Parts: sequence; C-alpha cells; structure tokens
Amino acid sequence: MSVAESLQAPVGARAEEAPNAAGLKSDAVKERMQLLGLCSPALLLVAVTMVLPVIWLFYLSFLSDEGTFSLEHYQRLTASKAYARIFYTTFQVSVLTTLVCVAIGYPLAYFLAQLPRRAAALCMITVLLPFWTSLLVRTYAWLVLLQRKGLVNTWAIELGLWDEPIKIVHNLNGTLIGMVHIMLPFLVLPVYASMKAIDTDYVKAAANLGASPIQAFWKVFFPLSLPGLFAGALIVFVLCLGFFVTPAVLGGGRVIMVAMSITDTIELFFNWGAASALGVVLLVMTLGSLFAASKLLNLDRILGGGGGGH
Amino acid sequence: MLKKTKLFALAATAAFAISATAGAALAADLTIASWGGSYQAAQSKAIFQPVAKKLGITIKEESYGGISDVRLQVKAGAVTFDIIDTGSGGGARGGVEGILEPLDYNMIDVSNFVEGTYLPACVGTITFSTVFAYNTDTYKDGGPKSWADFFDTKKFPGKRAYRAKYHGALEPALLADGVPMNEVYKVLDSEEGIDRAINKIRSIKDDVAIWWKSGAQHAQLMKDGEVDMTTGWNGRFDVAIKDGAKAAYNYNAALLDYDCFGIPKGAPNKELAMKFLAEASKPEYQAAMPQYITYGPTDKRAYEMGIIDDAVAKTLPSHPHNAETQLVVDNSWYAKWEKVASEKYQEMLTE
Repeated sequence: MSVAESLQAPVGARAEEAPNAAGLKSDAVKERMQLLGLCSPALLLVAVTMVLPVIWLFYLSFLSDEGTFSLEHYQRLTASKAYARIFYTTFQVSVLTTLVCVAIGYPLAYFLAQLPRRAAALCMITVLLPFWTSLLVRTYAWLVLLQRKGLVNTWAIELGLWDEPIKIVHNLNGTLIGMVHIMLPFLVLPVYASMKAIDTDYVKAAANLGASPIQAFWKVFFPLSLPGLFAGALIVFVLCLGFFVTPAVLGGGRVIMVAMSITDTIELFFNWGAASALGVVLLVMTLGSLFAASKLLNLDRILGGGGGGH
Repeated sequence: MLKKTKLFALAATAAFAISATAGAALAADLTIASWGGSYQAAQSKAIFQPVAKKLGITIKEESYGGISDVRLQVKAGAVTFDIIDTGSGGGARGGVEGILEPLDYNMIDVSNFVEGTYLPACVGTITFSTVFAYNTDTYKDGGPKSWADFFDTKKFPGKRAYRAKYHGALEPALLADGVPMNEVYKVLDSEEGIDRAINKIRSIKDDVAIWWKSGAQHAQLMKDGEVDMTTGWNGRFDVAIKDGAKAAYNYNAALLDYDCFGIPKGAPNKELAMKFLAEASKPEYQAAMPQYITYGPTDKRAYEMGIIDDAVAKTLPSHPHNAETQLVVDNSWYAKWEKVASEKYQEMLTE
C-alpha cells in the first residue's frame, strides 16, 4: 500500500500542469497494477500461511467442544492459576534472555565494528557458526556440559572451584544459558549493521569539540546505534516468546512456557479450542507488549529517524 | 501453446499411471502402526512377520505418534492404519471416543490373560511396569525398597526425577502415603483423593530436580547419574543397566500396565485385521517377544510353553511372581478423572 501511495503522490502532483494528464494517469494505474501483480505471489503466500491460520485460530478458540460459540476455553485459562504462572514464566524468560543478550551482544557488536574489515569478518564467522548448527544439537550440547556430572561441574570440582556439583541446568539458569546462546546472533547482526552505518566523523567531530571519549560515545555514538539495538532486542524478545525446545530440554520440567503448554493441550486432550485460546492470548499479549514498548520508547521516532531523517 | 498443454497433459497422465502401478505393487493387505525403535523391531520379528506368514498375507509396517494420530485420521475420514499399537490409556480413550472399533472377543481368546489387560476396543500384547530405579553407587548400603522410601527424603537424601504428567504419578504417592494397594483407585476416585496424592508429591518437590517427559529421558538420567532415583519404565532401565548404568529396581508395588492392539474406526481392511489380532494374541507369539525386549506377555500361558528362558522370565513384569506384588493400572479411572487430575498436576508443577 505504501509503495502504491508513494508512487501516486508525485504522479498526481505533476498531472495538474501536464497536458497529457489522462495518459499519465492511466500509465500510473497500469504501473500500480503491475506492481501489485508482482507482489501478489508473496501476498498470497502471507495470506494463506499467516492470515488465514490466525483467523482460524481465533475462530477455534471461541468454539466449545459441542461446536457452539462459547468463552469456556478462556474461562479455563483464568480458572486455573497454572496458566497465569505459565504466561509469567514465558515473559520472565523472554525479558531476561533479551536483557542478557543486550548486555553481551552490544559490547561484542561494538568490538566487531571497531575491528578492521578482514578481522571483523573472521570474528563474525565465530558469531555465525553456531547459527548454522541445529538448534537441537546445541541445546543437547549444553545439557552435556552443564549437568551434574557434566564437564563444567567435573572440571570445577577437580580444580577446587567448588566442592559439590552445583545446579546449572534443569532450571531457569540452564534455560537462559541455552536461549541466550541461540538468540545472540539475532541481536549482534542488526546492532553491528547499524554501528557500521554510523559515520565515524561524528565521533571525531565530538572529540574535536572537546568531548571525552566516554562523552562522545554516550552522546553521539550510542544514540545513533539505538535503532539497531531496539530492532535486535525486539526480534530476540518476540522469538523467545514462542520458544519450545530449549526450555523443554534445559528447563528440567520446571520452566514451562506457553508453547509447551499448547503442545500438551493438543497431544493429551486433542483440544484444539483450548490450545487456540492459549495461542490467541500469547499473540494478543505479544502485540500488546510491542505496542507498549513502541509508546514507551517512542520507537517510531527512533527507528524512523535512523532510516530516513524526515 | 496447445501443443504444450497436450504434452503436459500426456506427461501428467503418464506420471499418474506410473505412480498408480507403483502404488499397486507396494500395496499390502494390512498396514500396522506401532512405536518404532527397538520395541517395534522386536514386535516385527516376534509377532508381525510370523503372523503374516501364517495367514499368507503381506503387511506394511509404519511407526506413528500414538492415539492422537488415529484421531486425526478418523476425524479426517482418511484412515490408512488397519492395526495400531497403543498404550492402555490411549486404548481406553480410543474406545470411549469411538475412534477404535470394538473387538470381537469370540475370535480373540483372552481367557488366560492377566486380569485387566484387555479392553473393549484394545487387546493387550505386552506388559510393562512403572517402577522406581535408584543409583547403586549413591546408595551402597542398600537402596530404597518401597514407595515410602522413595518419598522419604530424610532417610534417603538425593536428587529425584518424577514424571511431568500425572500418568502413573499419583498411585505411587498414595502408596507412599500408606494407602494399601487394593484401595488406591478407591481413594483416587474423588477430588480429595487426588489432592492427597498431589500434596504428597508437593512435599518432596524441592528434591525433585527434573520432571521427566519420555522413557528415553529417564533412562538417560540414570545412566548419566544426573539424579539418584527416578520413576520410569522397567524395560528402559534394563537397557540402561545393560549399557552400564549403575542402577537397580524392583517390582514391589510397581504399577503393572500394558500396550494393546486396536483397529481404527473405518480401517480399510477391518475383517482381516480382526483375524490378524486373533492370531497375534496367541501365547506362542507373545512368548517370542522377551528374547528381543524385556516386556512380558499378557497371556499367562506364554510362560508355560518353554519358549521364554527361565532366567529372563523371572525378570518380566507379568511373571506370576512379579505380577502379584503389583498394582494393575485402572484405565477407567484415567478416563473419568483425566481433566481434573491433569489440571491439578499442572498447577502443582507450575508453583
């Protein structure tokens, strides 16, 4: 739509003075149709694989077991305290993962951005390598490392760092370690890209005007890198909300997230309505938190400002 | 343009014809779905292939994900399985929901079956036990002997694992709480009884390091020494012990459960499937199973045929000596209390 609008604007403005306005206008319409035609496979794909299932999901969630309209699935979610706790855990894990990713990922991206191009490319491979390894393999690898008689505990005890095996996995800690490891590239890549786009002359100019290196970083470099940071953090946060495998394997059954609860509902009870209701609530809460974030952080301005500057 | 279309149509017809003949050549008289892995490999050698040979038919074996797959096929009106292997719980639920055909027990002889190991729509084929295993290194001077010991974290300190679902989880808690075996399901037949069981589990929650979800998982936990004791299925522990796990278990007040064969509603070859089950439920086939995997027969006569090695027989869940000390899982309780029990269990888990 926005493509069509931006096309229309200049054409329309010119049409008033041009004598061949009608011809231009029909050309514009034709062009828009062609563009739409080019987009249609993608639009169709999104409609079929995204929009329709979501509508279907909403529909199912309001259907009782007997096939009539009802709110029973939503009432069930509020009747048991378990679901509130599951949603709490889901958001807790997602927020913590995002924060840790930012704390580790931002300095890493900054370091990479300062390196000469060749060295940065080499280091980038080490960031990306885990990205190309199967999620399941990485998750189980963490289990092998972190469990009670795993490498970390055995070595630490032999080195005398601690006497008794400590619990690093089969709990929230293990889940966070696994998820941060998987999510880190999603943060580093956009942050790195936005840092590379910053003209280093700005920082030099700040120094020239008397700013200390720390001041130059906080007042000039950091605000310019914010769009990338927010974009990365948002991707990480939203992806975390739907996580399934990692908490299932590394959480030891203690960390129960919404996606796991949805699977149980289907596998155990074949209750599509109840599972759909869980999905709908998660979707609404995700959209809600994104909306709140955009209001709170004024994302439009930050993201828009980074992009165009008008 | 026209030529191209014609050519395409021709090619499509040819492709269709080829795939149709290929399909016909592969089509078997019966399609059987089971759990795959070492279990189905054993079934294939001990039961499926010999029975097919006896009846002079061809079979196709598939592995599947359990009763929910059957439900999908039946609801979609596209049933491809003639026979399925499911847990007794799935068999009971399938019968109640009407997605499994009622079986003809005039054809299938269950007169010598271990009590309670067949259902209207599902006939038992192997027995397994839900037991607890403990690490023999951790408890060198004698390990826990009963469910009461398993729940006694003072007498037997150590990390435990317990099932993440309520199946086979509430009965041990009541037994540990002093309920005699023959009254367990009577007590569980009320919300207070379920609460009592769940409260007992709640009391050791701090010592439960892991809530397990699959058989492979609890076997691995014992093998890695990740926990000092866990509940689980005897066959899995046997495999783990064979692989070097320092573990032991016993049948004292274990839960005796079984897997069974059913016929999905609308199966393409229902008649033949029924004949197949009548043959497959004979003790001689069941007796051939334990040489491949340590699950016991449901027909008691299988023990008297001299096919099962004596030493092996004594280790099987349904061996008379072991069966008498166990509680047979009551599937009617599961059908009745499924929703209540699972909600309460989940509530306890998420606390």
